[in-house]
Amino acid sequence: MAEIEALIKAFSGHGVDEKTVISILGNSQPEHRQAFRKEGGFFAEDERRFERWNDHHVKLLKHEFMRFKNAVVLWAMHPWERDARLIKEALKKGPNSNSVIVEIASTRSSDELLGARKAYHSLFEHSIEEDVASHIHGKEKKLLVALVSAYRYEGPKVKEDVAKSEAKALISAVKNAEKQNPIENDEVVRILSTRSKPHLKSVFKHYKEIAGQHFEDELDVHLILQAAVQCLITPQSYFSRVLDEAMRDGADKNTKKGLTRVLVTRADVDIRAISDDYRNHYAIPLADKIEAKAKGSYKEFLLTLMARGN
Amino acid sequence: MATLVAPVQHSHIEDAKALYKACKGWGTDEKAVISILGHRTAAQRQQIRLAYQNLYQEDLVKRLESELSGAFEKAVYRWILEPADRDAVLANVAIKKACPDYHVIIEIACVHSPEELLAVRRAYQLSYKLSLEEDVAAHTTGDLRKLLVALVSVLRYDGPEINARLAKSEADILEDAIKNKAFNHEEVIRILTTRSKAQLMATFNRYRDDCGTSITKSLLREGDQVNEFAAALRTAIRCINNSNKYYEKIIRNAIKGAGTDEDALTRVIVTRAEKDLKVIKEVYYKRNSVTLEQAVAKDTSGDYNAFLLTLLGKAD
Repeated sequence: MAEIEALIKAFSGHGVDEKTVISILGNSQPEHRQAFRKEGGFFAEDERRFERWNDHHVKLLKHEFMRFKNAVVLWAMHPWERDARLIKEALKKGPNSNSVIVEIASTRSSDELLGARKAYHSLFEHSIEEDVASHIHGKEKKLLVALVSAYRYEGPKVKEDVAKSEAKALISAVKNAEKQNPIENDEVVRILSTRSKPHLKSVFKHYKEIAGQHFEDELDVHLILQAAVQCLITPQSYFSRVLDEAMRDGADKNTKKGLTRVLVTRADVDIRAISDDYRNHYAIPLADKIEAKAKGSYKEFLLTLMARGN
Repeated sequence: MATLVAPVQHSHIEDAKALYKACKGWGTDEKAVISILGHRTAAQRQQIRLAYQNLYQEDLVKRLESELSGAFEKAVYRWILEPADRDAVLANVAIKKACPDYHVIIEIACVHSPEELLAVRRAYQLSYKLSLEEDVAAHTTGDLRKLLVALVSVLRYDGPEINARLAKSEADILEDAIKNKAFNHEEVIRILTTRSKAQLMATFNRYRDDCGTSITKSLLREGDQVNEFAAALRTAIRCINNSNKYYEKIIRNAIKGAGTDEDALTRVIVTRAEKDLKVIKEVYYKRNSVTLEQAVAKDTSGDYNAFLLTLLGKAD
């Protein structure tokens, strides 16, 4: 029936459409709920002849109900604590979340990253670099440790000749990809983790001029390396990509979290620019996409964050 | 404990005027420079600089640079800078040498507390428009670069907590690496450049308990005299473990033999006079049976000598 469909829809997506759940389930008679149990797909027939909640679905529902609470808690947090906790969570979740570590280390200002490192000391009694170095084991380890340890110069001055020669070093590392993955190349790590962001913008401009294509379009570049470069020189397009992936149908649990993370961490920074980039790339305003994919209080909260100061 | 003797009350304006008088005209009254600046704390010295700037529209540092010369000038210049600026200058000088003086960089990175190192990094950016790690990375290569960049970039946890099990497992890793002469093993670098100082000291103690010899002695034995990387590791460990012993050796080596390594002698005395030079003096006396003042007096002369002795706490 239409009501069961509406109920299923209220539970699917990001967050829960509480109003619909209240009006349909709240008003339901026992037979309506039975129909929901038989047809919703959230239940299974138990051997003892009753429709039993699918544990997996209960867990999913729990996550969806918690999405609003998590967003609120994250939003109220001091940015330093926020970033420290996000990094800790990413470390716990394993290699698939390494991109979150790259994201935080590379898109924050030097003092913001420093603050996160200090907050991490308070919260976890270890340094971020300590934990990243001892818990991450793949090829990305070198780069990740270097990125979280950076305290970049933030002035605008760029030495063009140095930028050009460093672009050449990157080109050579990519050419050599068969012998050594560029993400493990010492020069690549040095350039990406110590140079200032304005300098890096110039490096990658020279890269395109000399190599004839963008660094991100090179085939043999490790995804984490690509993410690092994007975060460092074009963070808005990186963030709009994370948002789009989070809102895609069938996105996994961790990818979906990107929606909260990006909105909460960028609402005070550059959400407008990210929004513009999103519309240019995906042909639909970010607010409209959130309206379609998110539900209930969670949706209201996100849209409110976006609309502040308008 | 500090050796600097400074009055609690002072008038920075009077001091600035006195220094102006000392520099005015032909020649310089070096004794006046020493008797004022050699008896002022870092905070007081900055106030004097400010007062001098306001009174005479000139930077006192530049004036002194032009009036003084030689080892004395170098010492006064380093002394009058704020500690973080001073270390930034020392690091920059070390990096820019034809053969970077990596021991100085390691010393600065490892002796300081995390907050102090952070202040040095900020001062470095302000002065040189580059980050410290950027410059270190651009002037070094290979394993040494990995070690140095990591050492200057780390913000170590500064709490006292120790994990005994971790100390054991990491002491084992270090023992294996040293036995196999794999000094540049990435685990060695990881441990030394990320763990908190408290944790590292627990690890070094565990090493000594298990191996019967200290990790620095093992590195010396297994690393020979010529393995540069092993030597760098030793410096880092010695600075973390017992900086007073480390500094005593730097001074002893600076003084012994025919010449004097004035840069090293100045560096230790100027950077530690307000910190723990007193303890270093005690270590020196125990080791060498002469006081540091006696040794310095024998090995240096003139205004440089007088300035160092003042910083060492000699009464005027």
